[in-house]
Amino acid sequence: MLNIAKIKNGIVIDHIKAGQGLRIFNWLGLGKAPYTVAFVVNAESRRLGRKDIIKIDNEITIDFAVLGLIDPNITVNIIENEKITEKIRLKLPERVENILICKNPRCITATEKYAPHIFHLVDPERGLYRCEYCDEQRSTEDFR
Amino acid sequence: MLKGRHLVDPQDLQLNELDQLCTLADRIQKNQSQYRDLCRGQVLATLFFEPSTRTRLSFEAAMLRLGGSCLGFAEPSSSSVAKGESLADTIRTVAAYADMIVMRNPKEGAALLASRYSTVPVVNAGDGGHHHPTQTLTDLLTIRQLRGSTEGLTIGFCGDLRFGRTVHSLAETLARYKNNTMVFISPPELKIPDYIKTGALAKNNIQYRETDRLEAVMGDLDVLYMTRVQRERFFNEEDYVRLKDFYILDNEKLKIAKKNLIILHPFPRVNEIAVEVDADPRAAYFAQAKYGMYIRMALIASLLGAA
Repeated sequence: MLNIAKIKNGIVIDHIKAGQGLRIFNWLGLGKAPYTVAFVVNAESRRLGRKDIIKIDNEITIDFAVLGLIDPNITVNIIENEKITEKIRLKLPERVENILICKNPRCITATEKYAPHIFHLVDPERGLYRCEYCDEQRSTEDFR
Repeated sequence: MLKGRHLVDPQDLQLNELDQLCTLADRIQKNQSQYRDLCRGQVLATLFFEPSTRTRLSFEAAMLRLGGSCLGFAEPSSSSVAKGESLADTIRTVAAYADMIVMRNPKEGAALLASRYSTVPVVNAGDGGHHHPTQTLTDLLTIRQLRGSTEGLTIGFCGDLRFGRTVHSLAETLARYKNNTMVFISPPELKIPDYIKTGALAKNNIQYRETDRLEAVMGDLDVLYMTRVQRERFFNEEDYVRLKDFYILDNEKLKIAKKNLIILHPFPRVNEIAVEVDADPRAAYFAQAKYGMYIRMALIASLLGAA
């Protein structure tokens, strides 16, 4: 078993579906981070079998809507003085803006570039979202 | 109260508001002189980024018959849009000149976007293959006047159900009335979109069937809503040519239809209803055009707070 030192103040992104961790690591720009980051892949997990974990020894701001879209089963632990002060269970956000992009060439967002791409969650089980303008459906799978 | 509101999607109106508009349209039709100065001094802008005969002229006729005035354009080449102006800028400018904007635009969601930049009511006169709420109001009024109710009916939608915005709007609206059943008749390529089935139909527990044979269901229908296969919605001319004459309603097919069936069509038609059907008393599509003007008079007067 691999042991990684505790972080003092920062964030642990846990229960990432195995294989998705690198995407989150890159999305957060952690490859260029000037602070300590631990990236664990294929760790054993009772819940998932295998999971990825990212430990960030710094207080950073994360858009939980995007994180929820990538993997709604993720748990985020906020660490202060080496203790978990908050445990955030992610879920699919009800509304996302400029995260999912409408691919319908007939949608007004295809030509009016200033218009924000707004999607609303319509089917949490299947991870389906609907464009506010044209009703085109997109799945979280399209985002992953 | 409808004063100052936008109409983008038929779902913007509650059932009681739809009924109020139909009742007002009925009153206007029966006593036109009483309403001829209702909107005097008010200006309606009709912005048509896509060609239209019926919708634009019926809106303009409606405003003129209420004593108001109209301005606007019938094609984008005669506006600043041709110079690359954004929709937002066009709308903000026109809202400074007019008391209400009626807009048709080929892009889906254009009216919703326009409504976010307008200080005056915006009415969607068709946004691509998406919604066409005033056609829905027209269809509702026609059904109500000719069938006496918009409940307990079996409604057949036939033709291009994929890109046919009038179908989407009407199906979603009729789904909100009690005990309606729907039959969707189309070739596989032009089926009704899933979002209608999983949205309005599922939410209201509407029974529906899908078929590609009009003859198989003709005898069950109380209302037959025919649509044109629209050339402008296809990216591929071959697909259009293959599908354009898939359904042609003629007297032969009508032999098995109910005596009190009403046949509707949002128009323009091409080949999908044979001219011989025009003489059949069940053909209601020209009456539908007349009702379209009265319901638009009711809508304009209501959004401007004049009625």
